[in-house]
Amino acid sequence: MFEKALVGSRKYWLWLAFLGVLILIGFLAFLAQLQYGLGITGMSRDVSWGFYVAQFTFLVGVAASGVMVVLPYYLHNHKVFGPVTVFGEFLAIAAVIMCLLFIIVDIGQTHRLFNVLLHPTPHSMLFYDMIVLNGYLALNVICGWAALHGEYKGVKYPRWVVPFIYLSIPWAFSIHTVTAFLYAGLPGRHFWLTAIMAPRFLASAFCSGPALLLIALLIAQKVSRFRVDPMAIDTLSKIITYALLANIFFFGCELFTAFYSNIPGHKASLIYLFRGLEGHAEWVIFMWMAWLLMAGAALLLVIPATRKNINTLVLACIMLFIGAWIDKGIGLLTGGFTPTPFETVTPYRPTVPELLISLGIWAVGFLIMTVLFKIAVAVKEARAA
Amino acid sequence: MDRRKFLKLAAISATLAGGVPGFFNREVKAKAYTPPPGALTARRWGMAIDIKKCWEHPECNDCIKACHYIHNVPHIPDRKREVKWIWKDEFEHVFPDKPNEFNNILLAHKPFLLLCNHCEHPPCVRVCPTQATFKREDGIVMMDYHRCIGCRFCMAACPFGARSFNWVDPRPYIEHFNPEFPTRMKGVVEKCLFCYERLEKGQIPACVEACKHKALIFGDLEDENSEISRLLRSRFSIRRKAELGTGPSVFYLIG
Ligand code: SF4
Ligand code: SF4
Repeated sequence: MFEKALVGSRKYWLWLAFLGVLILIGFLAFLAQLQYGLGITGMSRDVSWGFYVAQFTFLVGVAASGVMVVLPYYLHNHKVFGPVTVFGEFLAIAAVIMCLLFIIVDIGQTHRLFNVLLHPTPHSMLFYDMIVLNGYLALNVICGWAALHGEYKGVKYPRWVVPFIYLSIPWAFSIHTVTAFLYAGLPGRHFWLTAIMAPRFLASAFCSGPALLLIALLIAQKVSRFRVDPMAIDTLSKIITYALLANIFFFGCELFTAFYSNIPGHKASLIYLFRGLEGHAEWVIFMWMAWLLMAGAALLLVIPATRKNINTLVLACIMLFIGAWIDKGIGLLTGGFTPTPFETVTPYRPTVPELLISLGIWAVGFLIMTVLFKIAVAVKEARAA
Repeated sequence: MDRRKFLKLAAISATLAGGVPGFFNREVKAKAYTPPPGALTARRWGMAIDIKKCWEHPECNDCIKACHYIHNVPHIPDRKREVKWIWKDEFEHVFPDKPNEFNNILLAHKPFLLLCNHCEHPPCVRVCPTQATFKREDGIVMMDYHRCIGCRFCMAACPFGARSFNWVDPRPYIEHFNPEFPTRMKGVVEKCLFCYERLEKGQIPACVEACKHKALIFGDLEDENSEISRLLRSRFSIRRKAELGTGPSVFYLIG
């Protein structure tokens, strides 16, 4: 089946080559980081996690979102999702691998990574995160591959994968819940110390992940003879709509709690992010942009006419994806670290090597996604022919 | 051979000899450690800082100098990357929840001495995925630099900003090298360890010893006859962010 990835158009190979160059640049930057230390990044004593962990957090959401096509199909027998579940699973594979890579580059003593396995520590959330992420990766490889292989052979997926598919559903929720628990529950970090951290994570994941999946499906449709059932697009866009509305609602809950209680510590991070604190306003413009984009996308999605129109739908998906990415990728992290435990502000800005490494990892993700999608599309094309 | 090395060796040989059972036993061994004869011991080590005495000598930094020299703490000028075990900051930053806008004459901008609080319920220990940060039975929150993977989870969890990370190789920044204490490498976290290595030899912590004004008092919080316990009973003291429930073992005598 893999041979399907080895034949492709010029465009396909150019795209892969382009990603390859980005990966190479990222890898070289990573070697420099290994040599010099994490001092090559913009992180500091006060903002000790940065872009890497933020990307990780966001991508766990993208990975978890695969369940939004798997669940309706297997639990509710929503037939139109049948042909796209495998794409959801493949998206999850690419996203989880990116997550793991982001963790690897974020660790100061990379070669000691396996200490997490050698000294299992059941009171650390990171321990569970490692288990659920790797487990989820395995589940998606098994389910996705088995389903596609069945299709390749022209048979239904083998029976033995069914339990794995059912297991993968709660598992998807677990990966983002455990990732939220990395943040929630830390004393003195008011911005993270919220019981709706996990629900917020899931809501933002279940809109941004399917949005990416939808765009990817439309691209796949454009470059091949593979066709997505318009009904599947319709359901997917409704899922995105409700998840986005939930995401906005949850954020409103956070705002209410912080500002109605009027407790300085709870307000400080939000003020820093949206208005600036002590003369530091580096993220204000980004944060406003993020929420305006998400609000705009919500509007486009709620109105049936614009949701049903492919152009405005894609626009809304892009808007909300960027919005959710800024909100989780930047806001969540820096907001949690600001103000510092000393009620001061230490601004964080990612450096060029840091961004290059991140770009390299994203390129790895897109490469995996392209190849897997290519295989899936080719198999489906062969079936249809 | 120091304790950690010994434990590691013991663990490795136990694992080799006993296979899987040895693997599970390892933690038990670490707890069965007995301090060498002559060591200072306590049920819960704590420190009281007589802040008024400190203020009488604002120029005095003897405790900081002694600690940072003895432990090879690098002097990194970049504030974002600095490494510090014990340092001074002003009241508003140390007790951000306490300022009183109508009556802060007494404490406004006054310097306070900061170090790891060796919390009773340390969140840094709770989150560490490798047990590189662990709490001893005598209350000292320890760091194993050889096990730390540099995930910096403990830094996010410590509400006191007590931990430093080696963003770069610290060795070139060590001003006066002390061969008796190990240096660190890039990519690990470090902090004050209540001079566990000195206690083992029957010595009090370096900062306490260095303070000629006797502003630092170190002792057993669970021994009611210790000097620190008597002081805490007779004078008014505050702790940093006590409302977070971490149970700091560092007390500031202000009354
Ligand atoms: S002060 Fe911070 S580093 Fe020290 S024990 Fe408490 S939580 Fe851990
Ligand atoms: S940085 Fe080191 S000590 Fe801190 S939590 Fe990670 S492994 Fe533990």
